[in-house]
Amino acid sequence: MDRLYTLLEEIIDIAGHPAQVVRQYKEESGQKAIGCLPVYCPEEIVHASGCLPVGMWGGQTTLSQSNRYFPAFACSVMQSVMEFALNGVYNDLEAAIIPAPCDTLKSLGQDWITAVPAVKPIHIVHPQMSRIPAGVRYMETELEHVKNEMEKITGVKISDEAINRSIDIYNDYRRTMRNFTDLAAKYPHIIRPRLRHIIIKAAYFAEKERYASIIKEVLAELNQQAPQEWPGKKIILSGIMAEPESLLDLFEEYGLAVVGDDLAQESRQFRTDAPEGENPLARLAEQWALRDCCSLVYDPEKKRGQMLINMVKDREADAIVICMMKFCDPEEFDYPIIKKEVEAAGIPLLYLEIDQQMQSLEQARTRIQGFSEILMSLPNRTK
Amino acid sequence: MIIRRYGHFPAVLHMESACCAGFITLPQAFGTNIALISRQDDSLISIREVYKVSQKLTSKELLNQLTQKHYADAKAAKERGDLVAWSTSIAPQEFCEAMGIEVLYPENHAAAIGAKGGAIPLLQQAEGSGYSLDICSYARINLGYLETLDCCFENIPLPDLIICCNNICNTLLKWYENIARELNVPMIMIDVPYNYEYEVSQERVDYIKGQFEEAIRQLEEICARPFDYRRFEEVMKISSEAAKTWKSAMDKAALVPSPLNGFNIFNYMALIVCMRGKPESIELFKLVAEELDELYHNGQSQFPAREEYRIMWEGIACWPYLSHTFKTLKDYGVNLVGSTYPGAWTLLYEANDLDGMARAYSGVMNNSNLKKQVDLRTTIIEECKCDGAVYHLNRSCKLMDFMQYELQRQVLNITGAPFVVFDGDQTDPRNFAKAQYDTRIQALVEMMAERKKLQEGK
Repeated sequence: MDRLYTLLEEIIDIAGHPAQVVRQYKEESGQKAIGCLPVYCPEEIVHASGCLPVGMWGGQTTLSQSNRYFPAFACSVMQSVMEFALNGVYNDLEAAIIPAPCDTLKSLGQDWITAVPAVKPIHIVHPQMSRIPAGVRYMETELEHVKNEMEKITGVKISDEAINRSIDIYNDYRRTMRNFTDLAAKYPHIIRPRLRHIIIKAAYFAEKERYASIIKEVLAELNQQAPQEWPGKKIILSGIMAEPESLLDLFEEYGLAVVGDDLAQESRQFRTDAPEGENPLARLAEQWALRDCCSLVYDPEKKRGQMLINMVKDREADAIVICMMKFCDPEEFDYPIIKKEVEAAGIPLLYLEIDQQMQSLEQARTRIQGFSEILMSLPNRTK
Repeated sequence: MIIRRYGHFPAVLHMESACCAGFITLPQAFGTNIALISRQDDSLISIREVYKVSQKLTSKELLNQLTQKHYADAKAAKERGDLVAWSTSIAPQEFCEAMGIEVLYPENHAAAIGAKGGAIPLLQQAEGSGYSLDICSYARINLGYLETLDCCFENIPLPDLIICCNNICNTLLKWYENIARELNVPMIMIDVPYNYEYEVSQERVDYIKGQFEEAIRQLEEICARPFDYRRFEEVMKISSEAAKTWKSAMDKAALVPSPLNGFNIFNYMALIVCMRGKPESIELFKLVAEELDELYHNGQSQFPAREEYRIMWEGIACWPYLSHTFKTLKDYGVNLVGSTYPGAWTLLYEANDLDGMARAYSGVMNNSNLKKQVDLRTTIIEECKCDGAVYHLNRSCKLMDFMQYELQRQVLNITGAPFVVFDGDQTDPRNFAKAQYDTRIQALVEMMAERKKLQEGK
């Protein structure tokens, strides 16, 4: 158990001090750090260049400058990213990869050019018709663009072998994280909601090979613990993210264990591996084509609701909590269909509004408390 | 039959009758009931040839007739058991047109409902089903309509297929996903990646062309017959011609004083959206251009007041308050002469040039990078000799809003033209305050007056 706690402390330290981690990496490796904005970035290419990919998913701050670019109805992640950027928080980054899967990110990518001259934007636009041959080919050209930009930054050509090696490292990291979420569901008394989130989030600031090995050790330690029956109820989280972290404490406080997630910031990041192959950019393009059940990925069949229902069954969960990022169109469009399907399946559903800048959690507390009381009054779902 | 020339209507009257994007069903203009050229006709017969032997319509009358015909044709097609499609407003309609599929445009439909004051029940219907108030109000109106199938305007038939092109926003993609799922109909998606570069790259053109092929494959499957390439070529010719005619008519706004009341652009737009693959639209916009020329040469204008100031209007109209937004400007003698709309449907390419067609659909304003968007506004302000600009911070349109502040700063820097911003919404009447709008316009007028004085003093 001691070893487990030591490992967890290390992880908490990484997640709590990203700036320090980035600076340390730069000093030790002599390399640069590259920001990666939500939701999907070809981190493998950055990794292959020797630079450190760093996740940029906002955080809790006071918005005072972002309103030079965004009116109040922009989502809070982009507001805080812009706020941090304008305050120079990202100036240790050489560049930032900015995808454009939604209208807000398209705009942020353009505003960035004048707003943040210190951090070079590297734009990428993923194809939504990713599965037709023309979509795969186009995706390869976008990846090529990122590769070229990275080569300009480092002054070194990135070989196919290097990217393939990075893809393998990332596939291993993804597998490891999937194993983690599987195992965490069995140890909710140890892996509490906030800790689960931190373990997933810390990966955004760490070298993936190193991080995967830490997590593998965590898994080995966890496996030695005796599983305990969870006295409360089990939930699945779905949405962009479940921050601020204090929100996650409310789940714990009201006896709700997070046993699975469909959060863009969490499981969606490591749900899909890049397939085997020789051409690394083709592998990454195919990986993109395989992504599914995400509000930022085109799906006229809208399979996400059914996926959540299946996840509830697989993880023996009692309910689903929709963590609705305020002002996030893609998620807001998915919700009514998910709601209809989940309710038809008889699964309790909580709609929780998420705002990274939430000052008071009292409204969330009331909703979570009320939801928990309802769940507690229900028998455990038949397994 | 009484013939009345357009251009002498008091503009307010005109606004009120035609203030709906869809040109609410009016009685057949003055009893004329001229059979319009049928879509199946192969040649570009001038419908005005038909009118010459009977009577010449005004553009307003023709517009109303064509709008009526648009909805009537779709209903008739549905009744016959023919396919009806729903499409986004700047999607390549050429494919459906070539296959003889009647196409309806939910954005037009929603705008008309909003203008007619019928938005609220449909908005509430969608909100009751779980759609957030923050979602685009066109989408909410349409998704509400999917459930009620009833509105204050034309009740449109449900689609057998839908076609979506995300060149104006990604919201459309999500909205259309939901229609496809709710109605269980096939969806043709033309994904047009956002151009962070100034020009449309060949890689993007190739990707879009690949999707054109996929769209054709899907259409062949849906229609159970081969794609009609011959007809496709004709439709491309018509569409390109329509785009040119549209542009040349809208360009008249730049004349000083402008013979065009810019708010009419919002009205004309309904037709370039829904009929730009049909020869009728060419005839309409030729007629509009002729009328504007005539007005100009006679020293007249559609604008019913003395043109004291000329402005650029940024963004979509506030349909529920079209009349109010217009009157406030008119009372100060402010004519809207610059708009990004004329350019939005100026989709120019040569027939059979799929590269050109892909480039045209990809290069539209909303899909352009900030630099290009700044250049576009600067050009409009300069070419249309605008004294100022009004920016609509449209609660429904995140893509337009989230670059708008930077756009305003850069455009001001280049042109020096003062501007104001007002909060509004394209069709949700709850997101607009008359008092705020009026105060902002008043402030703009003061700034423009000041600037004019300074310029005259030089």
